[in-house]
Amino acid sequence: MTITDAPKIITRRFDTPDSHTITRYEETGGYQALRTALGSMSPAQVAAQVKDASLLGRGGAGFPAGVKWGFCPPGVWPRYLVVNGDESEPGTYKDRLLMERDPHQLIEGVLLASYAIGAAQAFIYIRGEMALAQERVAKALNEAYAKGYIGKNILGSDYSIDVVMAWGAGAYIVGEETALIESLEGNRGMPRLKPPFFPAAKGLYMQPTVVNNVETLSNIPWIVSNGGETFAELGAEGSKGTRIFAVSGHVKNPGVFEVEYGVTTFRDIIYAPVYGGGIRSDRALKCFIPGGASAPWFYEEHLDLPLEKATVDKAGSMLGSGAIVVMDDTTDAVAACLSVVKFFSHESCGKCTPCREGTNWLEKILRRILDGYGRPSDLDLLMDVADNISPGIAWPPKQTTICPLGPSAVSPLASALGRFRPEFEAHIARAARAEAASAPAQAVGLPGGVA
Amino acid sequence: MTDTAATPDAEVEPEVVPGVPVTIDGREIIADEGELIIDAAERHGIYIPRFCYHPRMTPVGMCRMCICEVDTGRGPALQPTCMLECTPGMVVETASPVTTKAQEGVLELLLINHPLDCRVCAKGGESPPLDQTVANGPGESRFVEEKRHKAKPIPISDIVLLDRERCILCDRCTRFAKEVAGDPLIHFINRGNDTEVNTFPDDPFASYFSGNTVQICPVGALTSATYRFRARPWDLEAVESTCQTCAVGCRMAIESSRNEVLRYQGVDIDPVNWGWLCDKGRFNFEALGSEHRLREPLIKQGDAHRQARWAEALGEAAAALQAALDAGGPERIGVIGGARLTNEAAYAWAKLAKGVLGTDNVDCRLGDSLPAEAVLGLPQATIDDACRPGGTVLYLGPDPKEALPVLYLRLRHALVHDGIGLVEVTPVRTSLSDHAAVVLQHRPGEVHTAVRALLHGIPQGQDAGGVDPDALDAARARVAAAAEAGTLTVVVGTQSVAESPQWVTDAAAALAEAYPQVRFLPLVRRGNERGALEMGLAPGLLPGRTTLADGAAWYRTTWPTVPGAAGLDTAGILTAAAAGQIDTLVLLGADPLTDFPDRDLATRGLDGARRIIALDIFLNPSVLQADVVLPVAAFGEVEGSTTNLEGRISLLNQKVTPPGTARSDWEIAAELARRLGSDLQVASTDDLWNEAVAMAPSLDGITLELLLSPDASDGVVAPLPAEATPVPDEPADDAADAPVAATEPDEDADADSDEDAEADGDSEPTGPSTPPMVAFSAAQPLDPPALDAYALRLVATRKLYDLGTLTQASPSLAGLTPGTVLRVNPYDFDRLGVVEGQTLRVKSPRGGVEVEIVTDATVLRGTAAVHTNQPDVAVNRLIDATQPVTDIRIETGGAA
Ligand SMILES: Cc1cc2nc3c(=O)[nH]c(=O)nc-3n(C[C@H](O)[C@H](O)[C@H](O)COP(=O)(O)O)c2cc1C
Ligand code: SF4
Ligand code: SF4
Ligand code: SF4
Ligand code: FES
Repeated sequence: MTITDAPKIITRRFDTPDSHTITRYEETGGYQALRTALGSMSPAQVAAQVKDASLLGRGGAGFPAGVKWGFCPPGVWPRYLVVNGDESEPGTYKDRLLMERDPHQLIEGVLLASYAIGAAQAFIYIRGEMALAQERVAKALNEAYAKGYIGKNILGSDYSIDVVMAWGAGAYIVGEETALIESLEGNRGMPRLKPPFFPAAKGLYMQPTVVNNVETLSNIPWIVSNGGETFAELGAEGSKGTRIFAVSGHVKNPGVFEVEYGVTTFRDIIYAPVYGGGIRSDRALKCFIPGGASAPWFYEEHLDLPLEKATVDKAGSMLGSGAIVVMDDTTDAVAACLSVVKFFSHESCGKCTPCREGTNWLEKILRRILDGYGRPSDLDLLMDVADNISPGIAWPPKQTTICPLGPSAVSPLASALGRFRPEFEAHIARAARAEAASAPAQAVGLPGGVA
Repeated sequence: MTDTAATPDAEVEPEVVPGVPVTIDGREIIADEGELIIDAAERHGIYIPRFCYHPRMTPVGMCRMCICEVDTGRGPALQPTCMLECTPGMVVETASPVTTKAQEGVLELLLINHPLDCRVCAKGGESPPLDQTVANGPGESRFVEEKRHKAKPIPISDIVLLDRERCILCDRCTRFAKEVAGDPLIHFINRGNDTEVNTFPDDPFASYFSGNTVQICPVGALTSATYRFRARPWDLEAVESTCQTCAVGCRMAIESSRNEVLRYQGVDIDPVNWGWLCDKGRFNFEALGSEHRLREPLIKQGDAHRQARWAEALGEAAAALQAALDAGGPERIGVIGGARLTNEAAYAWAKLAKGVLGTDNVDCRLGDSLPAEAVLGLPQATIDDACRPGGTVLYLGPDPKEALPVLYLRLRHALVHDGIGLVEVTPVRTSLSDHAAVVLQHRPGEVHTAVRALLHGIPQGQDAGGVDPDALDAARARVAAAAEAGTLTVVVGTQSVAESPQWVTDAAAALAEAYPQVRFLPLVRRGNERGALEMGLAPGLLPGRTTLADGAAWYRTTWPTVPGAAGLDTAGILTAAAAGQIDTLVLLGADPLTDFPDRDLATRGLDGARRIIALDIFLNPSVLQADVVLPVAAFGEVEGSTTNLEGRISLLNQKVTPPGTARSDWEIAAELARRLGSDLQVASTDDLWNEAVAMAPSLDGITLELLLSPDASDGVVAPLPAEATPVPDEPADDAADAPVAATEPDEDADADSDEDAEADGDSEPTGPSTPPMVAFSAAQPLDPPALDAYALRLVATRKLYDLGTLTQASPSLAGLTPGTVLRVNPYDFDRLGVVEGQTLRVKSPRGGVEVEIVTDATVLRGTAAVHTNQPDVAVNRLIDATQPVTDIRIETGGAA
């Protein structure tokens, strides 16, 4: 096991009592990075530190933050920073803790990022259900305003900015950055088309907008205080620093763990006593989702891969939002698959046809198979419907949809059907036996009518 | 391309835009800069299937039907072609296996929850899904699950029904409501597979433009109560025409089955309506088939009418006209109306009234229009001129949404999407006010004071008609800069029927004087009012925008006679009639009792006229008083042409036959002329047009041939630009058409009875030449009307749905009249001691009515605003058409 002695960066205050208050934050070095930046660094220098850190976005796509900041078209003002705190991917619950336990760290990160890109206003968008996070961030914003960290001429500098909090209404899709922007503008949370609406160029109110994840931004104060290069000394070649992973499912010790990025392996994080602690009742591993519900599944043979972006990508999945969901050998692959597909079908925003209709159709077919009404032709049908959502069913996925949500429902299906096809067939065979046993005159016992 | 004059930006682009080379299905094509793939492909004959894309709305890329493999250099990827602009070197495959598989997949997914009961669906036969399934569908469904079920069609407004099971969630209707109409009353609700279109509870889709959603819905989800299931598209036959309900002149298709008009559909022409219609224009086809249509001539007998044969009725009518001539000459005849006619019929009636009868007491307007010299003589702008991106509009007119709905859509689009600036100078706020850069709200009757202050500053020690001086300052710089830059358009029309049009005319005069280069879009409201004016149906005018003074000699060459002096307008005719000076009054599709602002004068006028001849399609209150009623063919039942408020001439087509024995207005004119011993020399509408083109200066060169040519599919704005006389015409057109000059007009009347109206006379160099067109000359500046501190000054405006004949004869529309309330500023409310919602007696020097009174903070102090022509309160009893403004008092019981 490789449990490194890398320092904890963003979770380092988690165990401090009252870590969410400004007093405790200031006592533990809080707002010093902001002081340094506004006192002696230009915005470009702050941005350079983040670039040197090679900080990858922690929201799912893993895009380097420093590079993204550089995409704002020069000379176009005002610009905005939007903080994505909508965390709703099943199994992902790191941003919530970052907001609940260390809201000032996030706010300081927001201020530094805003300074670096020249944002006129920043918006912290928090998932609707996260009442405590909203309360803590709101309180922290008020404290920071009161102490002059936010507002006009911050700490006596020329820099002024307002930071406001907004919250969602319970839709997973507003985690997608363009849907989040729509929601912020007061519209239905539905994604915009990229192209042409790349937020960096045409984002909030059609102005250049940087959208970053809560965890991404929570790293910035440490990077500015300690230097981007220091950050980059941690981790592996393509994945620097530390990163939080949330381990859940059939493990003894579910939780969030900040580990050195790119070095720690799946086996470490699932089995090490300080992390997941192994499979419940010491049962056998059936499979695990390495990076959130939309990621293709991994199996036994992947356990020794490091938690490193490029490696996992190459192995056919992704680290995504850092949610590792473990399934033991008692899991019914069809039921697990249905559960994930159902999530995406339920969360489809309904804007585009393949996702709105297709994910729902997949869900209905899977439900039927699980309920014992499957037909042998259903497996090809599943794959063909999936193909119409994500042509080729490849990784990384192609899409006929507007955003990646639709294809997200295809990954678990492709994984489950690819690896556990016999389980599907067994459910269908059960249906065939039931049919044979029933009165011969009766037609196929489908729930509902035949189209 | 048929617009008037050179545009200001005509010469600003020296470098040529070469276009964008792209390859579609292996074919090299040149797309326009910024053109979407879907449009470029279509222009080159490659149709990419689509549902959500609509060329007049922002693309949303939602349905995914149009996805194709697009390679921009990074390898082919499926992309929505309705969202992607062509870029150089792009390679698009619209029929590759990958594209086809993807499109078929989308179509299948769209249809899994779609009822597929196309045989009973109102859209069957014109539904893209059906067509596309027939074209490339799989034949049988793989969807064995239960389809979505929703309660069947639900009414979302008085006119429109929504069947959510059929809806494919393309966002066209919702986008239209929000983006085009500005009535965001239908929305997507719920999420994912439960998404549906709906209204908010108790907030129906009450939009003047709701019918457009029915037209653009790609499936049968939205239907109109008027058309639903009455016919299938393949039973329908269509012709193109132009809506004559108001003066916008929207291009439309008239669709009928078995000689019955079943619906109108908007036709997209660039300079006018972009495919949209308002609901009033769209749904009043119902009136055509109304059982109350007049079918046979009627002759008054005692208090009632009896049916008569045409010969008898025409004989009576001719006798009535002859009797008036015999009793006191042409001045004893008055002709009111004509805005409903075709251009050709208007010419025929001008020729009959002015050229045969010799009366100049002819007016197509009903006392609430700009003077004819202003409409015809101000430097002309088109709708496109007013809406040109980057321009500024100075708006002095009625609420366009109520008066000229699709003009409102055009202006709204220009304001919201094309960044034009609006300075509004009106007595009450309009539907455009929210989008205006500056709103200059003035006291009724003081628009000219406000405009002069806008131009020249507020005179020392005076106020500017009640306008906020800061707002005036803000507007002044903007207007002056736009005028300087040549980007200012003035839109001018009458603002209230409770005041004389003189005030706004004076304001226009002040503007025309200050900015001689600025152009105007003068608003007329009634269907073909502009065409009737062009044809001379107003006192002092002859066809072709020429005055009696300038054109008499010219017209005497062809017409039997020409009036000796300018006659009376409608108010004048009614006043004369009330005084017993009109023996025979002709109503050409006019209902002064309902439509003239001054009920009292209209009543006395109709009572005082000795005989009334009415040509109409319904027995409206004024027609009820007529001695002879001649049923006429309506819109859709006659052919000819019409002229919109820009002066744009377009062709009308006949689709069905008129009911009973109804005849066209021009035939009646010709018949009457014959019975009066004369001859209009015309046997068809074509003859009438040819003669009008030969005679009327403003129509020079606008031949039938031109109007029928493909170049004229958007209509032709008169007059043609000076240099650009049209294509296939013989060189000396107008001069050659002039018949032999006549020195003695009286004899000429007889000499005319050969066939020179065929326009085949030889040119004669000594004859009178084409007269000049009327110019708008500013009258003396007017003093503002005196203020009465105890009274409220009335602003009376029209709503779209009112007592208008066609609206009331259309069951779907008749009930939509909003009714009448008097709106007063809260300050005056308190001052007068009125209680909100109280119904009180309101009096003017002319008369009184009982009306409900409510507060409205947007109404200026000292002003009272009311809608006129509603069924519940006869506001026209308050108005004295001979007075410059209408002041009213509210009787609160106590002292006020
Ligand atoms: C369906 C969908 C859901 C998403 N949900 C989240 C989310 O909950 N939180 C988040 O930070 N990013 C989410 N993302 C990613 C965002 O679109 C975006 O990439 C991210 O916020 C950028 O921040 P980063 O660069 O700091 O990672 C989601 C993306 C998709 C397609
Ligand atoms: S893929 Fe799904 S979530 Fe994304 S835009 Fe389309 S319908 Fe909405
Ligand atoms: S009702 Fe018609 S236009 Fe509206 S979203 Fe549905 S299919 Fe589209
Ligand atoms: S705006 Fe006028 S011309 Fe156009 S449809 Fe409506 S009534 Fe007819
Ligand atoms: S037409 Fe392009 S996505 Fe609907």
